[in-house]
Order: sequence, then C-alpha cells, then structure tokens
Amino acid sequence: MEAVTATELTVNDLPWRIEWNPCLCKLCGSCVAACSFRAIEAGVEARRYIYAEGDIPEPVEGEKYSVPVIRQIAAVKNHCVGCGMCEKICPNRAIRPVRNEDSRWPVIAREGGQPVKRGGRANLNADDRTFDKIVVGRISQMTDPSLDAERHTFDILAPFGRVLPAAQTPLSVKDGRLVLTKPLPPVRWIYPLICGDMSIGALSPRAWEAIALAVACLNEKYQLPVRMCSGEGGMPVRLLKSKYLKYLILQIASGHFGWNRIIKAMPEMTEDPAGVIIKIGQGAKPGDGGLLLAAKVAPHIQAIRGVPKSDLLSPPNHQGLYSIEESVQKMFLSLNAAFKFRVPVVIKTSATASSVSIYNNLLRDPYHIVGGYFIDGLYGGTGAANEVSLDHTGHPIVSKIRDCYLAAVAQGRQGQIPLWGAGGIGMTGNAAADAFKLICLGANGVSIGKLLLQIMGCVGNDHGRCNACNTGLCPTGLTTQDIKLVRRLDVDRAAQNIVDYMLAFDQELRKLMAPIGNSSLPVGRSDALVATDKAVAEQLKIPYAC
Amino acid sequence: MCRIGAIKSKNYVHPSKALYLMLPQQKGHDNSGFAMVMQDLGGVFQPYKDKPLLSYAALNGGVDKVRQYMQHQGWDLLLEWSPQKHPQAGLDIALLEHYNFEVYDFPESYQNADKQTKENLLTDTRLALRALTEARDEAFIYSFWPDVLTLKEIGNPRDIGTYFGLWDEDAELRAKIITTQCRQNTNYAIVRYAAHPFFLQGYTVLANGENTFYIKNKEFQKSLNRGYLGFESDSQCFLYTLHYLQRELQWPLAYYKHVITPLPFEELMRRPDRDVLLALRQSLPHLEINGPNTIIGVLPDGRVLNVNDSKKLRPVVIGGDGETVAVSSEVCGLNVLLPERDQQKDIYPHEREMIVINNDLEVARWKQ
Repeated sequence: MEAVTATELTVNDLPWRIEWNPCLCKLCGSCVAACSFRAIEAGVEARRYIYAEGDIPEPVEGEKYSVPVIRQIAAVKNHCVGCGMCEKICPNRAIRPVRNEDSRWPVIAREGGQPVKRGGRANLNADDRTFDKIVVGRISQMTDPSLDAERHTFDILAPFGRVLPAAQTPLSVKDGRLVLTKPLPPVRWIYPLICGDMSIGALSPRAWEAIALAVACLNEKYQLPVRMCSGEGGMPVRLLKSKYLKYLILQIASGHFGWNRIIKAMPEMTEDPAGVIIKIGQGAKPGDGGLLLAAKVAPHIQAIRGVPKSDLLSPPNHQGLYSIEESVQKMFLSLNAAFKFRVPVVIKTSATASSVSIYNNLLRDPYHIVGGYFIDGLYGGTGAANEVSLDHTGHPIVSKIRDCYLAAVAQGRQGQIPLWGAGGIGMTGNAAADAFKLICLGANGVSIGKLLLQIMGCVGNDHGRCNACNTGLCPTGLTTQDIKLVRRLDVDRAAQNIVDYMLAFDQELRKLMAPIGNSSLPVGRSDALVATDKAVAEQLKIPYAC
Repeated sequence: MCRIGAIKSKNYVHPSKALYLMLPQQKGHDNSGFAMVMQDLGGVFQPYKDKPLLSYAALNGGVDKVRQYMQHQGWDLLLEWSPQKHPQAGLDIALLEHYNFEVYDFPESYQNADKQTKENLLTDTRLALRALTEARDEAFIYSFWPDVLTLKEIGNPRDIGTYFGLWDEDAELRAKIITTQCRQNTNYAIVRYAAHPFFLQGYTVLANGENTFYIKNKEFQKSLNRGYLGFESDSQCFLYTLHYLQRELQWPLAYYKHVITPLPFEELMRRPDRDVLLALRQSLPHLEINGPNTIIGVLPDGRVLNVNDSKKLRPVVIGGDGETVAVSSEVCGLNVLLPERDQQKDIYPHEREMIVINNDLEVARWKQ
C-alpha cells in the first residue's frame, strides 16, 4: 500500500489531461516524439492478473507482467498545453488532450517562485468584445443606393506618413493650375492592414519568411500594397539589399536590436524601406520591456541582431527619452534623417489612458516628421509575457482610437497624423469586420499579429490552449528557434494561407463598404455604425440600437 | 429626392420662371417647400447693387431683435421691402409673420474699410443675428450680402408662389441668376435653415442627393471657418467645401471636383499632375463626398457650375436658348422653361465632368 502525499502533483492538477486509449494504440511512439513539451512519455507499468476459482471463489494470483504505456508526466515544467500534436500525429486516433476542469494550474504554475509566462492569447474577457457590440447599421436603402461589391471600383488605401493640412501644403497657382513648390513629407498610401511587428526571434525564421513571402506575393501578383513590420530584431542582410525592402517597415525599439546591420546595409540598399516604426510599447505587456530568452537566441538570431547568446532585454523605456517633445525632436528627426527624409517614421505605444495626451502632443509636430500614431491595445502583442501583464494591464483599443480621433477633430487636425489601431483585431477570425468598424471610428488602418500566427497554423486559442510562445517549444514551428520544430512549418503553405486570407479580407471589406454606399474608406464615418450596447454607444458617441 | 434648378439669363427674369422650371418635376408627395436665391438683382433692388441686402423671415419679436441689433451696430436702413401677400383659404404653407428684405448701408466706421473687412463684417453680422434669434425660432436669417436675395418657406411650392404673388410677373422682383429647390430636407427635421440653396459670402450651392460622408465633412469643416455652421442639411457641406477651396485657399475652380470626388488612386497615379492631386487627396480626405449627388453652384462673379458624384447616381441636364441657360434635375423642367431651345444641344454631364456657365452664357465642360 502506498501513502497519499497531498502536496504531490498529479496530472489532475494540470490544465490538460492526456486521454490515451491502449486498445487503439499501436505503440509507434510518434506522439511522444511529437510532443515538444515532453508532456508524455513512453513507460512500462506493472500489471497483475487475478482470477477466482472454486465453489466458494478464492482469488488466485495469476501471472504478473508488464505493459508498455503512453502516460502523461505530472510536472509543472512538462505540463500538457493542449496543443494536440499527439492527436494530430497518431495514426489510430488513440490519444488526445482533454481540458481539465479540475485543474489547479493557476496556483501551482508559479513553482520555483517565477511569475507565470505564456504566449499572447487572451485568458480573460475574450468573449466580451466591444467589436461584437457594434454593427454596421447605416445601410443604403431608398435614399441612396448601395454599391455593387463585385463591380464597382473601391479605393482601399490608407496614408502612412505625415499629412500636411491644405493650408500648409506648399502649393501655388501657375497658369491656372496648382503646382507643388516644395517636396511634401513622405506619405505612402498602403493597404489598411499591416502585418504586425513580430521579430525574427519571437518568430522562427520560417514563420517570418512566410509572412514576408506572402506580403511580396500580395504586392507583386495581386497589387495589394500590404506592408509588413519587421519587429525589433532586424532582418536578413540579403533582404535589406533586395527590392522587396520597399514592402517592409523597419522597427526600432529600446534594445535597438538589428540596427547595426541595418545601418551598415544602408549604402547598399536599392530601395527605401516602407517606413520606420519607433516602438515605445506594445499591447501584450504595456510598460514592460521585451525579453528574448537565451534559449531562443540561436546563432542566426545572434547574427541578425548582432548580439552574443544571452537573454536579450529591451528596456521598458528608450534610453535618454524623457518627454514627447524630445522624442519628436530627436528620435523622429534622427530616423527621418537616416533615410534623408524619404521614409515615413511613425510611433507605436501601448494603448493607455494617456494615449490622447500623447496624440495631442504629436499632432502639434512642428517639424512635419511624425508620420503616424500606432496604438496597440489590450489583446495586442504576440510574444511571451508575464501572464499578470497579459491579463491585467493595458487598455482596450476601440474607445482609445475613437478618443484620439475625436481629439484630432476637436482641433481640426484629423488625418494629419494617421491613426493605426491594433490589439485583438480578428480575434474571432474575421479581421475585416473589426478593421472596418475601427476605421469608421477614426482609424486609418489596423495592424494584426496573432491572427497571422493562427493563419499559419498556430493552434493557440483564447481559452488556454497552447499559448506556449514563451517556451521556445512552439509545436507548430512558428515561435521557436529549434530547427526540428521549425521544420514542421511548410513555409510556402503558410505564405499561401496568408495570401488567401488577405484576398478574402479585401473582398469582405468591399462587402462592408458597398452596403453603406462608400467607394473609399469611411475613415471617421461613425454614423455608419450602431451599438447594441448603451454604454458602448455612449462612450463611442455612436447611436444605440436594439 | 430633391429636384434642383438654376436659371442664368442675360435678362432680368422673374421668380415665376423658377416655379415653371421646378413644378413639372414634382413626384408624388415630393413638394414640401420652396426656396430660392436670387443674385444679380433687378427690379426694386437694382439701384442698391453694392449695398448689403438682408433676407430674413421672422415673427414680430424677431423683427424687433433684428432691427434693434442693426441700429445698435450703426447700420443704416436704406430700403425695406416685403413681397405683397395674397392670403387665401386652403393654402398649404407654414407662415411666419414677416418676410423682410432690407438694404443697409455700412456703419460709418466701416465706410472706408477694405473689401475683406466689410465682407467679414457682413458674415459676422448675419451670424450674430442668427444667434440672437435662433433659440426660439424668432427669425431665420438667410443671407446678408450685396445683390443677393433669399426666400425660403415650408409648404406646397405652388401655394407658396400664390401667397407671395410669385406667379404674377411684375417688375419688382427680378434677377439674372435664380437657383431654386422645391423640397425641404426630408432626411432630417424639416426646418427652414435646412432648405437649399445655401449661401455664404458670394457662394451659393444646392444639391440633389445624399452625402454619405456628411459626418466626416461636418466634423472637419466645423473647425475651418466660423461661418461653417448649421449643418441642418448634409448638402451644406458642398457649399462650405466650395467656399473653403475658392475663398480661403484660393485654388482654381477645377480642383473643387478633385477634392470632393478624387480620382481613384490607380487613375490618379497615371496622371502627369499626380503629385498635386495626391497632395490634395491626402490633405483633404475629409472633404471627399460619397453617395449620390448632383451639385449646382454659383460663384461670386456670377458663373454657374455643376458637378456630380463619382458614379453619377443623380440626374441633371443643362440647356439654353441663347438668352437663358438653365440647369435642371429633369428635362421636363427645361421643356417648360425653354421650349424653343435646341434639345440636341442639351448637356447631360457625366461623373467626371465639370460644367461652368459664364456670364456670356458660354458653357465650358471638361473632364476632371
């Protein structure tokens, strides 16, 4: 007989339990080999056969034998994340993870005195989305005609760069025509959906490459000017020198990772990049710096970022930055100057209660060098972060975009510094609807991150499945640098999935523009929306309907 | 759907012509009001062409307030004129007590002021009068500008014509330019200020359509000029944009079309002047219009223009007989007004065209 030790961990304490059916299992071992978390193991267990005989049945000990089994490991470090790779690879469907409703995970996960870390999918309130309480309610009917989404021309482009008001635009009249007397600040008209800032490092090289491939394909084959942001961490020199650089937005964050290479490559660049994003904060862990654990700093990461193998920390603040005016004067100016004022420079912060103050300050940009304000809201961010940050810090994006837009309206400066929103766009899988609603509320465009991972094969969801981007053990090869895992990702297939999604997104956007009778993006056209929740309607200043 | 019309003539014409132009276009229950702006005035106002003419409708209290304010500010009343009224039983008209047209001379301190200062004073005075009388609808201040007369009322246009004696061609009320519309705005509340044509500092605009970028336009325009207010109709936005581009930015007229219905990016990028067109498109995206619209405008120099939405979703036709050119939503109006004209020469503008009729009645049309 064994004694129970109450404090000992069992598989029933873990968030997922492995259900294994020995009758179906052929003991090939594929599941054990496929589990990147080492959550299951092949083992041998003792069995004994007892039977009874005689008129008054007496138990008789039959043979003792051992059997091979697949079993779950009861350890925090090796807990099953529910990714289902075992199920996916099993030829006989003999094994699968099952959500454990009796899990004690939240109280055992801090083993070793470490905060819980995980990937970027939401845990809390993911089903209570503001986006879903807004509908496109102003449908063109008898007073004005709807358009035909299939046949009409739609102008679906958004500005990326500093837009001058008409009165300050250097125009003069010559022979009855307007002529520009000085060059304008650079503005790129791009697709209103940016493939968001995920670095090589956060992503595997294959995953990053798949996005880059998809973006190139969308531009070159389908004339859809989608742009991709590199994330903080640079990019391959070959790409920096290629013509495809024009589709990529470089990011500079507090760690300045990758910029050594970027600066060195500048003399050999044949194209300008699409833009530069100065990252101040992100949605996933606002006010927190970035961290790439040494385990993920593989040789290629060291090369691209120009660093040794060690934990890579991006500090929460840009060094030496202490005011908005200073940031505009120094950071924007130096990055604008780096590309001789040909490349728009924008800034990204976490959404915060003070976003409107930030935007108001940026709007006063006297040098005409602030090319956009990106706000990353709650549910934004893809990378590994402390769970406490992911779940309990940040600010929802919808009202924040609206507040910023209305702040610009109050000053008559809407559109001068384009507003881009991110954070939970496409959480339900339909990014077009979310993007459209945010645009009606005042955004010029949106940025997506996690959705791209989902499209490429990420199995994580907002109900605690997988979310192991922090571990370096991503079972789909998306957020790992382990070459064996990375090989699981078919780069061409992943790129094709993104292309397909974007083409569908474009169609869906038209399907939303057509019924409200608009052939160009309805930026700030809040009258196209109604809210089915009174509080949402009141906060966003749109009509309530029920 | 609003029907709109404009008459531009070499001769002074009577407002009955506006009724003849508009009434054939009536559809079903469509006629809910009558409004017109007369410019380049003849008749009783001809001797006062350079003196500001205040057009307003008011209750007794409103008239008192207007008079007191004007007197207090030092305006000198030169002429007071009201149309002769013909009350009859059964007329469908929402009457106010007074319909006043008053010619003033500038206060003494402004007599030697420059043109711009005087024009700003006119606008400020109109806005002040409006603010003074707005809360209790005591008066509706339509225009205060030299050589411009505005009349608006709610009701059946035929009855409004009868009440004001507009069917009788007398010599008192005449103008070389009349813009008119026979329907109050029905998408929003029926209020007098919502009736086209709208007038601001020499610019007149009326439109048939639905401006689905109304909120975008309005939110942007509100901060551009103190005179851009009201927004009782989504079509006021067209006037404010025309005024902003012409008077504030002083851009050539052709760019009005480029701002309100910019070329699609693909087409724009193939143009030799793409840098300018792109600059316009990105600096003024909030003045772009969308939805079905046809717009008639009058410029301070008397030229009349027409532009349409980028898909040409509303009708308009232009025809003339050498003495008079008229713009009309429907050709039936032209047929009544100008039956002898050569219909082969009628112009049906398309979505990218701009039409301008000059003071010699020459019609210029060009593609955006």
